[in-house]
Amino acid sequence: MRKTIWRLIAVFIALTLVAAACGNDDDDGGAGEAQPAPQATEAAEESAPAPTEAPVEAVTIEYWLWDGNQQPYYQQCADDFTAANPNINVEIVQFGWGDYWTNLTAAFASDSGPDVFTDHLARYPEFVASGVLVPLNDYVARDGVDTGAYFPGLAELWVDAEGNRYGLPKDFDTIALVMNSGHIADAGVTAADFAAAEWNPDDGGSFQELIAKLSVDANGNRGDSPDFDSSNVEVYGMGLEGNFGAFGQTTFSGFAASTGFQFLDVNPFGDSANYDDPRLAATIDWYVRMIDAGYVVPIEDVESLGGTTVFQNGSAAVMADGSWKIGTYIGADTPFDVEFAPLPTGPSGSRASMFNGLADSINRSSDNQEEAWQWVKHMASADCQDIIGGAAVVFPAIPSAADIAVASHQANGVDVTAFTVHVDEGTTFLFPITDSASQIEAIVGPAMQEILRGQADAADRLSQVADEVNSVLGS
Amino acid sequence: MTAVQRALPRRWPLLRSGNLHGGWPSAFWFLLPALIGFVAFYLYPAIRGVYISFTDWNLIANEGDWVGTDNYDRLLDDSRVWDSLKVTIRYTVINIVSQTILAIGIAVLMDRLTKSVVIRGIILFPWLIPNVIVAMLWVWMLDGNLGIVNEFLGWFGVDPIRFFTDTDKVIPTLAGINTWRHMGYTALLIFAGLQTIPKNLYEAAALDGATERQMFFGITMPLLRPILALVLVITIVGSLQVFDTVYVATGGFGGQPGGPANASRVIYLYIYQNAFDFNQLGYAAAISVLLVVILLAVTFVQLKLLRAGESDLS
Repeated sequence: MRKTIWRLIAVFIALTLVAAACGNDDDDGGAGEAQPAPQATEAAEESAPAPTEAPVEAVTIEYWLWDGNQQPYYQQCADDFTAANPNINVEIVQFGWGDYWTNLTAAFASDSGPDVFTDHLARYPEFVASGVLVPLNDYVARDGVDTGAYFPGLAELWVDAEGNRYGLPKDFDTIALVMNSGHIADAGVTAADFAAAEWNPDDGGSFQELIAKLSVDANGNRGDSPDFDSSNVEVYGMGLEGNFGAFGQTTFSGFAASTGFQFLDVNPFGDSANYDDPRLAATIDWYVRMIDAGYVVPIEDVESLGGTTVFQNGSAAVMADGSWKIGTYIGADTPFDVEFAPLPTGPSGSRASMFNGLADSINRSSDNQEEAWQWVKHMASADCQDIIGGAAVVFPAIPSAADIAVASHQANGVDVTAFTVHVDEGTTFLFPITDSASQIEAIVGPAMQEILRGQADAADRLSQVADEVNSVLGS
Repeated sequence: MTAVQRALPRRWPLLRSGNLHGGWPSAFWFLLPALIGFVAFYLYPAIRGVYISFTDWNLIANEGDWVGTDNYDRLLDDSRVWDSLKVTIRYTVINIVSQTILAIGIAVLMDRLTKSVVIRGIILFPWLIPNVIVAMLWVWMLDGNLGIVNEFLGWFGVDPIRFFTDTDKVIPTLAGINTWRHMGYTALLIFAGLQTIPKNLYEAAALDGATERQMFFGITMPLLRPILALVLVITIVGSLQVFDTVYVATGGFGGQPGGPANASRVIYLYIYQNAFDFNQLGYAAAISVLLVVILLAVTFVQLKLLRAGESDLS
């Protein structure tokens, strides 16, 4: 009997090892790529970079990004770059958003990983605090890079409280409404109606009337009819791109900011957040009422497969989303025509869109920091950004290149000015930058989920949240 | 003594007492690779993990300073640790009860009705699919809007069920998925245990006019106890360590891992968040040490209660 048990244990252990071995194979696809580039020149130290003489051996710069849509165009930038600098090869590695940060963390912990990588405002302060990024100030000064060449505000986002620069901007994004053309035509609504719409958290203004009109129940009644059945909705007036999270980039942030709400006392690097602002609670309350009324997709339907799927499925007529998703909506994945409109004007008298931008940063453990800098500089230059703009996958950080992107969409019959109008009219606000974004996310995100389910009162729950967040920021 | 027990010592002469001395040098070389693996991948990381739990380790910078018992003090005051333990226990209870009952049922059916290897293979099939794939598969099938399960329920007039996004349903759903995945494997372990029960006991019982039901509760269950104890220890420890299914299924495409509203934030997920999202590896290590202590205690109590080392057969 005992022997049998031991044999079972042995079988169990053997099977476990087999399973573990299989699992490891999967993981290797990520981290296994992270071999440091071959060494050729001694890396310039961060204190005093000097132009290096032409190296004898070619070096390879490993570059990471997460957006697969952009990879072919950065590959083109890389080919041009290598043509101009034959001694520097660029190897581009792409991971999905989730894996990207996990792999990057693992790479930093083991002093390996990419020489250069696409960086995000929510993450870079933690990297700075951990000392894994190369400050670029001396390189910028030495090579006379004009940081004023970008849209106002983008370059300053990458300078920390001590004045050190950790990235050169490459693109920007704003938020606008994407609309299902068929649904809005059926309701007799146009993109111009949305562009002219006003919103407030009390009665929702003309914006609420529009999304009410766009909502259709199973019997064909629209949301502005007294017969509308909010428990049996076929098409919701407005979708939600994702769960709200702490910053609601594509959901509540633009609406809340149009009331005058600001996330942080000082941005970037504030030391207290304003989650207890009554204007934020009022905005979230509005969403709760809209979900109850059947005008906005319930959060439960958005969380598993995502709001984009709900929209593409035709279950929502309009939805706020980011400019980086334009390609998704005009592409083959969306089986109907779409139009875009800017976010509505709020109680403050203007619209508001979160303004976020990506930049490229250099890994402290790179053996080829000088070459890495050359590549960063190239990606931030008009030469590369014009290519990205021409491909119209994102809006480049340089205005002239962004114009190319807008014109390129225009040539295809797509009007994307709904996204750029926020920049042109100066109605953007910056992504809140703190050094504990993920902790704030873990505190606020679940609270938002409770509120949107009607399990907690917005004002009460958000004031608790504010205390927790501020204790994290203060520590 | 059963035939099996008498046969073993003859087949493995090296294991007979007294014979081992001469075999030590060769045994050492055979054990060495495993020993190196054990030290490098289990012993050293475990000791280092305990050390890290006494530091403020920063994973990205890969360094930390000694902070004494700060992490453990913090852990005692952190309601999230205890919340996530409650979630984990709820998951484990639902998962283990359903999985074990189903597995015993399948094992007995396999034992009494069919000896088909093909059927045994099919029953093991879900266990061969990687956890992540299983989780994604079920996310699609159980989705409130587009899932085939809700489509099917709709034919019978059932309103869509939000399996993953309802705070009360997410843990039972996750437990159910892992029951589906693991019951075949557990059934196979129990099936192997059933083979140790002498068939003549059933023949005797049948002659006395016992029903299948009486035989199950009178013969099968009591004699299965040692195997069941082992299976329960393995599955409960595994269940308390659930992570990947939760991470993938609740993170999904638009959710937040551990959501909605932290309803599925199991202890392993909280450890992961601290280590990889919050960059607080020291604190994560301290929670891990707590989890190890809990797992050891659970295992010890179980083995004692179920008298796993004893058999009623001899």
